[in-house]
Amino acid sequence: MTSATAPPHVVEVEHVTRRFDATVALDDVSLTVRRGELLGLLGPNGAGKTTLLSLINGLRKPDSGTIRLFGGDPRDPASRARLGTTPQETGLPPTLRVAEVVDFVARHYPDPMPTAEVLEMFGLTDLARRQTGGLSGGQKRRLAIGLALTGRPELVLLDEPTTGLDVDARHALWDALRSYHAQGGTIVLTSHYLEEVQALAQRVVVVDRGQVLADDRLDVILDRVALRRMSLRVPDAAVSSLATVPGLTQHETSADGRHELLVSDADAAVRALVAADVPFEGLTIAGATLEEAFLTMTRTPPGATQPGATQQAAAVDQARSTVTTEGARP
Amino acid sequence: MTVDAGRELRLTLAHTRFQVLETVRIPIAVIGNMVFPALALSFFVLPQREIAGDTQLATQAVAQFALFAVMSTCIFTYGVGVAEDRAQPFDAYIRTLPAGPVPRLGGRLLSGGLFSLIALVPLLVLGAVATEAAPSAGQLIGGIGMVLLAGTPFLFAGLAIGYALSVKAALPIAQVILFPLAFGGGLFLPPEMFPGWLDTFSGFLPTRAGRDLLVHVTTGSGATVFDVVVLVGWTVLVAALAVTAYRRDQGRRFR
Repeated sequence: MTSATAPPHVVEVEHVTRRFDATVALDDVSLTVRRGELLGLLGPNGAGKTTLLSLINGLRKPDSGTIRLFGGDPRDPASRARLGTTPQETGLPPTLRVAEVVDFVARHYPDPMPTAEVLEMFGLTDLARRQTGGLSGGQKRRLAIGLALTGRPELVLLDEPTTGLDVDARHALWDALRSYHAQGGTIVLTSHYLEEVQALAQRVVVVDRGQVLADDRLDVILDRVALRRMSLRVPDAAVSSLATVPGLTQHETSADGRHELLVSDADAAVRALVAADVPFEGLTIAGATLEEAFLTMTRTPPGATQPGATQQAAAVDQARSTVTTEGARP
Repeated sequence: MTVDAGRELRLTLAHTRFQVLETVRIPIAVIGNMVFPALALSFFVLPQREIAGDTQLATQAVAQFALFAVMSTCIFTYGVGVAEDRAQPFDAYIRTLPAGPVPRLGGRLLSGGLFSLIALVPLLVLGAVATEAAPSAGQLIGGIGMVLLAGTPFLFAGLAIGYALSVKAALPIAQVILFPLAFGGGLFLPPEMFPGWLDTFSGFLPTRAGRDLLVHVTTGSGATVFDVVVLVGWTVLVAALAVTAYRRDQGRRFR
């Protein structure tokens, strides 16, 4: 950590705690965002991501700790002159027209993009005279992100920018964000989808229950969270050989006697089982949920195993159904 | 931090425009504020020829209803309107833009002043056509300026309610404040008809001070320096409440 006046830090969060009544939304969080970074805040719903953004954008005050935005207090409007944020999709003023909203936001910034340019960039030119209440969900989202970029900000905060959009709309918005970043912009985005963070972020901060669980380059985080869940049966005599599976982070036995393994590389694991001639049957492989990945991150150091643990077996069925069948059958 | 006055003014105008557009796109809110004071004049004053037919009394009656129109516009559009806005996610977004409280509050003041003036139009037209009220041009202009000044404490009261309370709480509180203050200040019945104790009590109300000053400006009699002190005192007090409520407000709580 460098000194408080270090200019390359766009955002500095130091030992910040924020409670809502009895709930601790953020618990002693520290984080710095450097100029030009594209940082993904990854975590399940309720992890504290949105609360963290609302402290950085000046909407809320921390209970303790300090937050600096471009070196100043985010609650001072002058600190926010180089910040762009988005309204929630449902939060646009329904009776105002698209161009009126862009105009209004543009007036807050010293050197904004012309309204026509914002509309053009987000494919909203034909909708300029439409009241925002009449836009589709995807159009609202485009406008919301357009508003974040209207003031030519140096830092953009995006809360779940493309959640719920179809694939085309999502990719169009990702392209717009990548081009903003390519021109030197700094982006902090939150998501509970690994896919979105994976598509955009270079650095990933994993947040859960108000704490930073990991803060690293995307590829490092992916190795830790992109887990696969293997489910299989083996004769009792062969159970011990499961412990030698490469990349195993968790091993549970479910009530019906199936073995549930969380592994970092399902292909390598299957090859190892085959090579060791383990007599397994009924193998299925599915993507582990982020929640499962986070649980292994908090409860076990990478590489450690929990043979025979059954307390999480009930959560198994909630695994995301992105079944990959490559090499799944012996 | 140095404040760039030109920028603050431009931003204030942008916020004013935003709020005016939002309001006029739902016209019933504006129409309601315009119709009610004129209706009140028709019901309470027009049938009584001894008031409507007397220049002094008719002017006074129109002035009283004018203050009621302005104060009700202020308390309702601000008290309830601000509480409604705060419940909307876009309001949270606006708070993240690089603007302090001045443009937002200023925009609310200007748009509130505008809609207060609009609310006066039918009342003044009806007063001119159907009663003997006959202020001079100077008295009319002075009266319009005075009614806006006299409305200031209610504008801040509306803001204080709006920033401190939820919509569900703001609506009944606005009503509870509006009608007793209007009655106690002599806006429905002239204070000459009050019993002595009520007249004394009334003298400390912002409505009474505003009403006396307004009647003084439009008919040339009735106000004292004490009225000025009371009106300014209430304005400062309620403005401080509004600023406190604004500062404490951090939007809705969630999660």
